[in-house]
Amino acid sequence: MMLLEARNLHLWRGETHVLRGVSLAVQTGQCLQLTGPNGAGKSSLLRVLCGLLLPAEGQLFWRDLDCTRELGPLQRECAYLGHLSGHKAELSARENLAYLCGLRRRCSSNDLDAALEAVGLAGAAQHRPLRQLSAGQQRRVALARVQLQRSTIWLLDEPIANLDIQGQELFHRLLASHLKDGGCAVVATHQPLSVSESALVRLELQA
Amino acid sequence: MSGTPSLFEMARLQMVRDLRLALRRGGEWLQPLVFFLVITTLFPLTFDSQLSRLRDVAPAALWVSALLSSLLALELLFRDDALDGTLEQLAVSGTPLSWVLLAKTAVHWLLTGLPLVLMAPVVAGALGAPYEAIPGLLLPLALGSITLSLIGAIGAALTLGLRRGGVLLGLLTLPLTVPVMIFGAGASVRIIAGQSAAGPLYLLAAVAVLALALAPLAIAAAVRINVE
Repeated sequence: MMLLEARNLHLWRGETHVLRGVSLAVQTGQCLQLTGPNGAGKSSLLRVLCGLLLPAEGQLFWRDLDCTRELGPLQRECAYLGHLSGHKAELSARENLAYLCGLRRRCSSNDLDAALEAVGLAGAAQHRPLRQLSAGQQRRVALARVQLQRSTIWLLDEPIANLDIQGQELFHRLLASHLKDGGCAVVATHQPLSVSESALVRLELQA
Repeated sequence: MSGTPSLFEMARLQMVRDLRLALRRGGEWLQPLVFFLVITTLFPLTFDSQLSRLRDVAPAALWVSALLSSLLALELLFRDDALDGTLEQLAVSGTPLSWVLLAKTAVHWLLTGLPLVLMAPVVAGALGAPYEAIPGLLLPLALGSITLSLIGAIGAALTLGLRRGGVLLGLLTLPLTVPVMIFGAGASVRIIAGQSAAGPLYLLAAVAVLALALAPLAIAAAVRINVE
């Protein structure tokens, strides 16, 4: 089933023509990997797909609904992880998740425990202020948030950044599980993704 | 437990989180209150010993001090959330952004506006207001400070992406606060003079209701523009 489709997207940032007629389609259980050199527009494309940026031209469809007019249906089913996590350094991992996920869906204490344990943050680490966690652990909290939102589509910008080998394996397990459950993902990364070839689609953007 | 949270639950989440952050960041939120107390304390010191003259300027001193104090904390209202990506997450969450940002502004008022209202009896007494008039001064100040927070939040959202946005924030916000200052100070003058302040109070309440209805939409629109 076709979930996300973009047709002929054009985006300008100042004088720079960032996206030049980009088209893509993502189906249930598929992962679209965005590659391309720095400045090719991978992050910008993700921001267009989640509605943070409005394209100058082109169309975006979510479940065949035209999102150019109404972004609500897409945003309610989308988890976005950009360069900035949206977490507060003064709050604990639990408090950050309870806030960001709680705005979308009711999360019980057990949900929070399970999501944090799934990314390897059990026990005291959940309750320490985020500033006391390493960059890799903070990225794991962000992945826990993406997973806990239980969104149909994941839009992830360099999700493997700062993660160690175990963290990367963990991310690939989460992604595979998400795709298996009928979700889809658009991932901007230069690293190879451990997703079955049948589920993986690649799109290379040119600078 | 699952399902979409109600508007009340969203507001509660936002308010609990912002209050918790304010407590963990120490006395940052106390700065406007200290500023308010310092300015209003300086007034009696710069006047001659005639209490009646001080009493005449008390409403103006009270309201101008309240306005400047509320401006002091506004620049930080959305800045941290913009820098760490919280506003991006709110903008793509599919939740009613204007409602969540209204809850955020309410916390700003609780931390900066309400303390001013609560300190107003002390300050008004120091400025020579008659004791019997002091309780009456709280209502216009409460209404006015709510409106100042709402108007200020629009300015803070509009100047989010600007360097040295503080100056522009003042220039944008101050003209919009003129009705609040006129009706608020007018009500305070009448209350101190022992007259009925119903007229300016109704107008002040009307401005507050108007700000409550329109400001969240303007704040949300400005935030959406700035997270692009």
